[in-house]
Amino acid sequence: MSAPLLQLDKTSIRFGGLMAVSELDLQIGEHELVGLIGPNGAGKTTVFNLITGVYQPTGGAITFHSHSTARLKPFQLAQHGIARTFQNIRLFASMSVFDNVRAAVQLHRVHGFRNALWRGRSFRHGEQKVETHVMELLEIFDLGKLRDEPAKGLPYGKQRRLEIVRALATGPKLLLLDEPAAGMNPTEKSELSKLIQFIKDKYQIAVLLVEHDMQVVMGICQRIAVLDYGIKIAEGTPAEIRANPKVIAAYLGEEHVSDGK
Amino acid sequence: MFFARPRIWLLVTLVVSGVLGLFQSRIDPYYVDVLMRIGINITLAVSLNLINGHTGQFSLGHAGFMAVGAYTTAAMTMFLGPKIFPTDAPTMILMLWFLIALLAGGLVAAAAGVLVGAPSLRLKGDYLAIVTLGFGQIIAVVFRNIEPLGGALGLNGIPAYTNLFWVFATAALTTYVITAMVNSTYGRGFIATHDDEVAAEAMGINTTRCKIVAFVIGAFFAGIAGGLYGHFTLTINPKGFDFTRSIEIVVMVIVGGMGNTVGVIFAAVLLTLLPEGLRMLAGFSPSLHWIGESRPLLYSILLIGLMLLRPQGLFSFRKSVKVKV
Repeated sequence: MSAPLLQLDKTSIRFGGLMAVSELDLQIGEHELVGLIGPNGAGKTTVFNLITGVYQPTGGAITFHSHSTARLKPFQLAQHGIARTFQNIRLFASMSVFDNVRAAVQLHRVHGFRNALWRGRSFRHGEQKVETHVMELLEIFDLGKLRDEPAKGLPYGKQRRLEIVRALATGPKLLLLDEPAAGMNPTEKSELSKLIQFIKDKYQIAVLLVEHDMQVVMGICQRIAVLDYGIKIAEGTPAEIRANPKVIAAYLGEEHVSDGK
Repeated sequence: MFFARPRIWLLVTLVVSGVLGLFQSRIDPYYVDVLMRIGINITLAVSLNLINGHTGQFSLGHAGFMAVGAYTTAAMTMFLGPKIFPTDAPTMILMLWFLIALLAGGLVAAAAGVLVGAPSLRLKGDYLAIVTLGFGQIIAVVFRNIEPLGGALGLNGIPAYTNLFWVFATAALTTYVITAMVNSTYGRGFIATHDDEVAAEAMGINTTRCKIVAFVIGAFFAGIAGGLYGHFTLTINPKGFDFTRSIEIVVMVIVGGMGNTVGVIFAAVLLTLLPEGLRMLAGFSPSLHWIGESRPLLYSILLIGLMLLRPQGLFSFRKSVKVKV
């Protein structure tokens, strides 16, 4: 296999006395769907924040496309091809559905400030292209009819979907999904599972999925890493993870072996 | 309406202001005075709306930018101009020099915008408001201590170059530039910065740059408005650009509705006319005299009522923005 798309090499981050993530090794190959699971507070979202540049690691290194991501700002990493969704939905609340996605196409526009002022042919042409692209994305995710609705007025499931569309609009090579199934009912969850696989195949991107719902994670991930107290305790195929005693212990608690009868 | 044919709109408003300028001498001086104030206030409010409304960076320093522009422009027309050409030069040349001086005023104010914009990268909300407030105060103190610029007395005898054409052409250009900029894919970056900085960054938007650009462009037009103001009142002093002036502009933006350019223009007109209306009302009969004196009180009551009843602004009727390309 060639060099992985994303590589975390003994990455650590310490907040004061708390080691939030400790010497984490993780690799994600191109077009791979990897799950990251672990009990609450295990450091999953912190890993996301490390990968997307919100936090700088206090130890170890992160390489994306064989380039170090150190000192790159989140927006630069987004431009390099890392997109994410958020655990607590963070849509642009005052904008319409269409504009939410349009804002994310930003980095691929060729027409800028001067074109916007002059409003000449190149501007109209550029805006036309953006519109077609945005509408294509919205149609694929069945949000086309809602294009002029305010984003904050959408039902919860659709907001989650819109967040994924928005992340895809940046044209990523790696998509990080932070608990996309949170608050969804079983039907929505199975739809989401299909959607994630569909995205991965259609856009040929890698996906890192943080999720609590085991059905979703076990169902679609090719590989799963398990985090507990900031330490990776297991990694393997869904079947391996399911049978791993350490994982079971982390999730269900240690079995107390009593001496006496 | 604007978004469909913005350049036609700009052209129409420019022609209208040209006509206004030509026939200025036929209009009652009182109305000219009111119209001038309206035009300058529109420029100030629309430019502040880019910073406070669209980009969501609460600035209380707009009068400071205005002061920088006013002093720069006045210094150029009063001191630098006469050194380059005789004072009895043809009007054409004087007007051209005025234009250059206005642009210079705008540019110096824009440079000040970078200075104030820079801390805004680290500060949010109230903290940023305090910094911009401090900036406004510092500007006033600085001008009070520059003796060549008149110190506390300010500058007097500024040539009366400003007319209705200049004022409304500036207002039209300001509105055009800011509206055209915001209503584009590029401009979504400003609103994304306003809505959610973390998400905007994650979507590849350089929010730092958006904020600086907003401050620079807002300050540029405030500087030009300041230049026009100085050549209209013919006298400027540091006190004229103090905190209350900044608040006046902020109030226009809030009354009009943050990020709603049309509303902000209406609010600028309304709030410029309000004191005139009250004065007129007070003049009707001696029993109404109290109205003239209680203007600040009425103003405050209006604001409180507005915040309670229509916090989204007087002229905000719908929130969703239609997209037309």
